[in-house]
Amino acid sequence: MAGGHPGSLMFDLHGYLPFILKGMALTIEVALLSLLLAIVLGMLGALAKLSDSRVARLVAGVYTTLIRGIPDLVLMTLIFFGGQIALNNLGDRMGWDYIDVSPFVAGTLTIGFIFGAYMTEAFRGGILAVSRGEIEAGQAYGMRPAQVFFRITLPLMVRHALPAFGNNWMVLVKSTALVSVIGLHDMVYNAGQAGGSTRLPFTFYLLVAFLFLGITGVSDIALRWADRRYSVGVRRS
Amino acid sequence: MDFQAIIDNLPLYFSGLRVTIELLVLSLLVGMMLALPIALLASARNRVIAFPARAYIYFFRGTPLLVQMFLIYHGLAQFDAVRESVAWVVLKEAYWCALIAFAMNTAGYTGEFLRGAIKQTPFGEIEAARAYGMSRAMLLRRIILPSAFRRALPAYGNEVIFMLHGTALAGVITIVDLFGAAKIVNSRYFVPFESFITAGLFYLTLTFTIVGLFKLWEHRWHAYLRPRSGTAEVSP
Amino acid sequence: MKKLATLVLVGIAFAFAAGGAAAKDWKKIRIGVEGAYPPFSSVTPDGKLVGFDIDMAFALCKEIGAKCELVQQDWDGIIPALLARKYDAIIASMSITEKRKKKVAFTHKYYNTPAKFARHKGSGIEITKAGLKGKTVGVQRATTHDNFITAKFGDTVKIKRYATQDDAYLDAKAGRLDLLLADSVAMNDGFLKKDIGKDWEFVGPDFTDPKYFGSGAGIAIRKQDKDLVAKFNKAIDAIRANGVYQKINAKYFKFDVYGG
Repeated sequence: MAGGHPGSLMFDLHGYLPFILKGMALTIEVALLSLLLAIVLGMLGALAKLSDSRVARLVAGVYTTLIRGIPDLVLMTLIFFGGQIALNNLGDRMGWDYIDVSPFVAGTLTIGFIFGAYMTEAFRGGILAVSRGEIEAGQAYGMRPAQVFFRITLPLMVRHALPAFGNNWMVLVKSTALVSVIGLHDMVYNAGQAGGSTRLPFTFYLLVAFLFLGITGVSDIALRWADRRYSVGVRRS
Repeated sequence: MDFQAIIDNLPLYFSGLRVTIELLVLSLLVGMMLALPIALLASARNRVIAFPARAYIYFFRGTPLLVQMFLIYHGLAQFDAVRESVAWVVLKEAYWCALIAFAMNTAGYTGEFLRGAIKQTPFGEIEAARAYGMSRAMLLRRIILPSAFRRALPAYGNEVIFMLHGTALAGVITIVDLFGAAKIVNSRYFVPFESFITAGLFYLTLTFTIVGLFKLWEHRWHAYLRPRSGTAEVSP
Repeated sequence: MKKLATLVLVGIAFAFAAGGAAAKDWKKIRIGVEGAYPPFSSVTPDGKLVGFDIDMAFALCKEIGAKCELVQQDWDGIIPALLARKYDAIIASMSITEKRKKKVAFTHKYYNTPAKFARHKGSGIEITKAGLKGKTVGVQRATTHDNFITAKFGDTVKIKRYATQDDAYLDAKAGRLDLLLADSVAMNDGFLKKDIGKDWEFVGPDFTDPKYFGSGAGIAIRKQDKDLVAKFNKAIDAIRANGVYQKINAKYFKFDVYGG
């Protein structure tokens, strides 16, 4: 079984399939939690960029610039290694006991933080695309700014932001692979372990590649459904 | 914060910078050379011809770069047939494995941009070329491709930035690029903040430079669209 | 009255803040281990930590009379995590070196084994300046082996640095390395004796120069926890004397790894 006969042993997973699927569950978990964080940050960022406050626009600008300028992997490593020390220095001063920055926390925070910047652009574009007429109509009805935002801008924005949002999600899912580098047992990490033990890294990495294609495939279907649902009543050229 | 360790190790960072730029430029060049035929094949009206190209694009855009790199670096080494072949001279080295992975990846993305841009060639231009009696090849060379490149420029600018970020993955398989250099400094001197922030600053500078270059390029290539420049810009 | 209350509150706050540095009773000790360095520490398929380092940790804690909690940590971040108080001691085959002593305190050694090169059988590589020229050597990043090869042969050989020793073994098996440099015992048990390393063999002399390789593997502890250092030292001496050390030693090795 000195791995190397192409074909014969290629598709025998030696019982490691549950191990890989467990990693896949973690991959999806990280992806969904980061998405949540990214949506929140994206919304805040978009509002900040569109606000009248120069400070808010500056902060949001620095945020998106930093993210676009530094590789995800470098940020993740920085937050994982450095974040622990920062948190501890803070904890020292506040008298807290040790708080752990696990790879899961570091990975999810980093990805959420990174894609918050990309979502900022997606949401900003979406909000800008909402036609002024609709907003003015809301105001004419006497709606308060908050009501206008939640009842008119937001639902209409979804349709416009959906393509960019969908794109960001796809890229986010693939980015989760990086958490394997900081030691999180996602499916890429587990594939490495399984591949190392069985001497069949190609098999396991190929499996994981197809699992990623599965996730993006399902996402594609879901996004198309969402697009149809949010485009009710819109005329198509 | 102990930046002395960083200052002492700047030569390492600069050599890492050189490796990063090398990897970036080479993967983009090779990737572009691959992307052209891939885009043309994928645009073919014949489904059978288009299929392999479209499958290639689907795979390389749908899977993480890290997995692609591991497939080539760790995966291919698994096969005795590979290790005993001529290709092993190249695949043995982490540097070439990374380069191949990056080039194939960017070929997939760039191929898709070009395919989309080709599809968007205004039909009027094609009609005019045909009216002039241009052959298929000339039509491609003189009309479709130049205008496709022009259309794809903003998207390509983004792709270059993404590729720059992608090169950091090389540090994971023993290559001493910017990220690899930062890892070495971190593990030798125990300075995680300083080492990775420095790497971040280098990347930030590179990104700004690239964005600046593309803005200049766009300014020239999209000159015919001024002053009403409604095209998307690569904005920071 | 208000001033007194404020003072009391501030006092309590300071007491909590200073709590971290106050003398602990060490009833529970968290120990950082690597888990990727057989036979000293590795993880079984069902996720359990096993190995010489692990057994040492439990034996020493028992001797001290404390409860041990193992925390697995990647080698790259193992010292920063100690300083960040993720755990209280590192038992991970960490060599006692001057450079590390600048950041942490060490106990006496708990074992000392030499480093050695390994080469592919039949490659005929000799460990001389001429023999090493242009060869590719794999080491684990930021270990004494990394420091040694970088300092002495940095401009003669190509050095590949890995996050774990296991990663180096993988590349060696794949044919990407000409030589490995690592702890002789770890390499023997973790690679050469196994199927993955059957085409490799030791070559060259034992390396024990304290200048590069330190004076054995010790337990790393934060500098301010001097009392814990003392406790561990006493425990190491105790288990050497009462035979517990020898029992653990015999479980893994045929010779005494404590060294001279």
